[in-house]
Amino acid sequence: MHEIFEKKLFLVYYFTMSGSSHLVKGKRIKNFIISLNLGTFLAYRQVKRSSIGTTTLIVFVMMLTFLNLVVVRGVLVGLIQSSTDLYREKYSGEVIISNLSKKSYIENSPSIIEIVKNLPWMENYSPRYVESGKVEGTYKERIDYTEDANIAGGAFTGVNVTLEEATTELSTMLVEGEYLTPEDTDSILLGANLMKKYLPIEAPGLLLLENVEVGDVVRISINGNTKEMFIKGIIKGKGAFDDRVVMLDSTLRTLIGRNDYNVDEIAIQIKPGTDPEIVKQALLTSGVGETARVQTSDEALPKFLKDIQATFGMLGNAIGSIGLVVASITIFIVVYINAITRRKFIGIMKGIGIDAVAIEFSYILQSIFYALMGVALGMAILYGLMVPYIDANPINFPFSDGILVAEVGGTFMRAGLLLIATIFAGYIPARLVVKQNTLDAILGR
Amino acid sequence: MDKEKNNNMIQVVGLTKSFKSGESELVVLKDLNLSVPKGQFLSITGRSGSGKSTLLYQLGLLDKPNSGEIIIDGVDVSNLSKEESTKFRLNKLGYVFQDYALIPELTALENVLIPLLMQGLSKSEAKEKAVASMTKIGLADKLNNLPSQLSGGQQQRVSIARAIAHDPEIIFADEPTANLDTETSDSVLQAFISLNKQGQTIVMVTHEKEYSDLTDRVVQLSDGKIISDINHKNKK
Repeated sequence: MHEIFEKKLFLVYYFTMSGSSHLVKGKRIKNFIISLNLGTFLAYRQVKRSSIGTTTLIVFVMMLTFLNLVVVRGVLVGLIQSSTDLYREKYSGEVIISNLSKKSYIENSPSIIEIVKNLPWMENYSPRYVESGKVEGTYKERIDYTEDANIAGGAFTGVNVTLEEATTELSTMLVEGEYLTPEDTDSILLGANLMKKYLPIEAPGLLLLENVEVGDVVRISINGNTKEMFIKGIIKGKGAFDDRVVMLDSTLRTLIGRNDYNVDEIAIQIKPGTDPEIVKQALLTSGVGETARVQTSDEALPKFLKDIQATFGMLGNAIGSIGLVVASITIFIVVYINAITRRKFIGIMKGIGIDAVAIEFSYILQSIFYALMGVALGMAILYGLMVPYIDANPINFPFSDGILVAEVGGTFMRAGLLLIATIFAGYIPARLVVKQNTLDAILGR
Repeated sequence: MDKEKNNNMIQVVGLTKSFKSGESELVVLKDLNLSVPKGQFLSITGRSGSGKSTLLYQLGLLDKPNSGEIIIDGVDVSNLSKEESTKFRLNKLGYVFQDYALIPELTALENVLIPLLMQGLSKSEAKEKAVASMTKIGLADKLNNLPSQLSGGQQQRVSIARAIAHDPEIIFADEPTANLDTETSDSVLQAFISLNKQGQTIVMVTHEKEYSDLTDRVVQLSDGKIISDINHKNKK
């Protein structure tokens, strides 16, 4: 079939052209096809009959090179991706409504909440009151008032525990104690980052609670009002709640004297597959934007996360580029050593009339074979083993649970880049060796 | 120089080849003249360093002379480009090297096949010719053996099969029996004699007198010059 196709190709070319220059061109094309065919013939046999150990080693190196290209970047991006996911899933929802910058709360919150409740894409929502304050522990045992009080500062967040649980599954972040019930008007959940036990660092100006446990009584101060409350649980989820003190919305509302039911933020979880931008636009169209700020979770990300995301993305691309260069050099070395050790036989082939294109093409094909095998094996390990494993057992980083981000499109693009690099890295050393003097190659001098 | 006029397959005029070694220049072939008629079995002999292999490489287009003319089958090959030389070698010349020079990853048949495929023959045509060539030198039962599975003599015969498969005008053989025992060497030489009887022009470099004596003509070189030119065929 292949031969018939070649002949047809040649004949079509031949008969559609006229004049001697076209004849020469036709002959050149025919010779080129012959060379490619012979290159394929040689490459197939060289790979088929090469040492299994050597082939395995080269494929293994190619596989590691490919994984290096995808995984290092994937972990870096995954580190931030998981932070972003965590922020969305455990705090902001897909869309978050917050107060305008010059206002201390969301005006007309009850009507906005009504709009949110009636959104067709809305799955869950959680209105929150947020106010800064202090929490003081072991104040009853304090004797020496010249020493600093056992105080920590944080954002006090009043929530409807049922709505919050439905939206962010706050209870899953408990590391000690129990979740709040609607009757726990005198209890709080304490963020782990407010406790020295969970954040054992010393820094000027950083105040952390010491020697407080679940069940202890602490004194909270908000807007000059104080109240004694029980610590019912400790929350730690590498997210925004780690720095907060959570209590019932009714309790916080009383403490801050907010009787108009105006809240500070509303986290909205939307139905899977819905574009958050559509929900945001719907809210803005409904006039919510006049009294509140509406953002998707990506827009609402804390600046430090956005900065890290940009930096890690850049680092990932830089490492990916270096990986590609390393991959090219690896292939270059592999092909060069292969070609150099076969220099004599390359010389012999040239000596008996095999043209350079056929020999070079055979090396390019071999490089492509090794790269394809390495990529295929790498992909099998990546998607069959690494991604599922790391998804199930995220890498424990201080501020997120790192996952491995390896989008199929991106992975194929990197595989494609690797193949293109392979073609050049395979061609250049083959060309260098083929270009050498035929007789010198045959005689090994 | 016309082929029709003089019937010479090879015509060498004023051939000089030298190698540079640092500042000094070593002249290996000095203003050498030689003509080889079509169908002749010529052996080139001489001591080590006499220039016999260098002459073969110039004639076989594996190297370029510094000056002089080489005309093969009516074509002045002295000034061919690399690509033209490769093409000329493919279509007109056959080589048998001292160390067989077979490609280790290819079977005996495949080694013979590759020049034929390069000539543009279809796989089936090439295979047919390669098998015929292998049969001609008595290795029809070793087609699928890799070179490592063949003895030295068998490898050299595969090398001969490769050299003759595409019906070249001339076969160049560089010390083809140097690595072989006496019995195998005899059989290899018999293969050459048999080919020559069928009209094949052969140029063989050898330092073994008993084999050069079996050829039509012996040219002896010393210091890059022909010091004797004995035509056995005329004697017979």
